Amino acid sequence: MEQQLRKMNYRDALNEGLREALQKDERVFLMGEDVGRYGGCFAVSKGLLDEFGPERIRDTPLSESAFTGAGIGAALGGMRPIVEIMTVNFSLLALDQIMNNAATYLHMSGGLFNVPLVIRMATGGGKQLAAQHSHSLEGWYAHIPGIKVLCPATLEDARGMLWSALLDPDPVLIFEPAVLYPMEGELSADAGPVAIDQAKLLREGKDLTLISYGSCLHKCLEAASILAEEGIETDVIDLRTLRPLDDESFLASVAKTHRALIVDEGWRSGSLAAEVSARIMEQAFYQLDAPVERICTAEVPMPYAKHMEEAALPQVSSIVATARRMIDG
Amino acid sequence: MTTMTSKPGQALVNREQSLHFLRQMLRIRRFEEKSAELYSAMKIRGFLHLYIGEEAVAVGVTEALGSDDAVVATYREHGHAMSRGMSMAAIMAEMYGKIDGCCRGRGGSMHLFDVEHRLYGGNAIVAGGLPVAVGLALADQMQNKKSVTCCCFGEGAMAEGEFHEAMNLAALWQLPVLFVCENNFYAMGTALQLSESVVDLTSKAAAYAVPTATVDGMDVIAVAEAAEKASDTVRETGGPFFLECRTYRFRPHSMFDPGLYRSRQEVEGWKQRCPIISLIRRLKDKGWIDDPGLERLEGEIATEIDSAVDFAEQSEWESVEDLTRFVYSDAGAN
Ligand SMILES: Cc1ncc(C[n+]2csc(CCOP(=O)(O)OP(=O)(O)O)c2C)c(N)n1
Repeated sequence: MEQQLRKMNYRDALNEGLREALQKDERVFLMGEDVGRYGGCFAVSKGLLDEFGPERIRDTPLSESAFTGAGIGAALGGMRPIVEIMTVNFSLLALDQIMNNAATYLHMSGGLFNVPLVIRMATGGGKQLAAQHSHSLEGWYAHIPGIKVLCPATLEDARGMLWSALLDPDPVLIFEPAVLYPMEGELSADAGPVAIDQAKLLREGKDLTLISYGSCLHKCLEAASILAEEGIETDVIDLRTLRPLDDESFLASVAKTHRALIVDEGWRSGSLAAEVSARIMEQAFYQLDAPVERICTAEVPMPYAKHMEEAALPQVSSIVATARRMIDG
Repeated sequence: MTTMTSKPGQALVNREQSLHFLRQMLRIRRFEEKSAELYSAMKIRGFLHLYIGEEAVAVGVTEALGSDDAVVATYREHGHAMSRGMSMAAIMAEMYGKIDGCCRGRGGSMHLFDVEHRLYGGNAIVAGGLPVAVGLALADQMQNKKSVTCCCFGEGAMAEGEFHEAMNLAALWQLPVLFVCENNFYAMGTALQLSESVVDLTSKAAAYAVPTATVDGMDVIAVAEAAEKASDTVRETGGPFFLECRTYRFRPHSMFDPGLYRSRQEVEGWKQRCPIISLIRRLKDKGWIDDPGLERLEGEIATEIDSAVDFAEQSEWESVEDLTRFVYSDAGAN
């Protein structure tokens, strides 16, 4: 049967996911800075205020800590809040609530109180927004037991992860790479909720495993096409869920390709890439034909100038060059 | 110092209620004295913050709450937990770190939680509970429930940004939160006038157009009356209220406090105003209690404490195999 495909961008897919959640469950509401009248600082929630009204699409004051904490309280009180924080850098003002409350209540209370809260925020560089709007701190959040961390890189996930996150009894953070908002693509008419506990193999090859997530995933896919023209066939894995990590996915791939390159927009030291690398070393050391390698963002606060920002971020050219070197030895 | 905005307690409550206040305050006092002893005996570890001296606040405020109302408290919350109706046994076992503690020993003294009494924790981050209380009230408002969320915190919390953010949001959205500031004049060793440019605390809430009152927190009847009025206002308006209770902790901040920052005379002066002693005096004046009656009460409380300690002693330790439970609701997710 012919699947009906619709053209849209990543932002539209997120908007559809939100709309569906708000329609399906009246306990769901969205709150955050400028989510209503402004339509969302990245226009993700555009149109929702008209459809669902100011009770459920709540503009908040500039109080990341208060409205994130209010999301926790509302979740404890029987609602299903979605908190939008404009960008990950601003989420640091709410870190107390996320880390000390959302992530701990279930455990501190010995299982009495779970917090079914979803927090969405933009992440990452590539838009020349400099050192206070461009960082990729999702790897930090993935350090924290008690929360789950998702990063949709595809339209399907942008559309489908939200509902699955809302069904989860525990706090889920969804990171939306800001450069992906205008990304065009196609989504099937019957697209729906997706699993949030599995990585996904997006391209198959036998020579090398590229492991990534978020905006770098697309750089890996581009690099994989270039490498294929040279006869190098790569597996490309989208981690999708950064906590808990789906070890099986990349271990199975490494067992086949015997080489792994991890591409992560976080800084290298103490990064998610470091974690994935360590897990491969711990669990698949004897499968490896070459050391695991990583491409991460240069360890500087993000510079403004375009050429400098490009130099700081992982790029297709460096992925291709590193892959070649790993294969050729 | 500004003057009290509510009058001293009229003692117009009846005998039964006054005796109930006395019992509740004495239960907290004796329970905590025992806890301090057990701390020295190394049965209780970690941080232990005693409420001794401040009992009238939790007891008086709780009187204004119903079973559907929620409470968010701080690490100094034994008194709130007990006033709300949690058993001494569950609290003691929690402080022992035993499996029969209210939180299976995962929380300890600073993190008492209870579903039945809607106690959403002792929170050990100063001001960290305020935004959560605002959210609980938001959930109630959105679901058309008529409950009040009572949020207790020390005056030290009012220097934190979270206090101001929470106050603004509660006022902006007119959420039913009863904010109770337990002003004991010190945040650890820092006196109020060394941490606040404006020491009139009600003016900070008033700046957000939140109605306020100040009450003598050493007078349980005055607290109960003020809290009743405050919670009535919250129920009538659906919006927040800020109640300052002026009180004093007789003990160190925690068990690790050398107490260098305040004079012995000052502490002694406040002890003269002990909420329990002054209530007993008033009850005796009325002829509502006598020494034998008091002795009986003490005896009953001692028995309750003994059995709580026994319970904690007998309770098991949780199996270490369960270490990573309760990180996620689905045990396999970690
Ligand atoms: C955010 C934060 N900063 C510092 C501390 C350390 N600390 C614990 S209690 C306390 C004093 C708080 O005083 P107050 O709010 O007046 O409450 P009280 O202890 O007097 O009841 C401090 C500084 C903390 N727990 N949390």
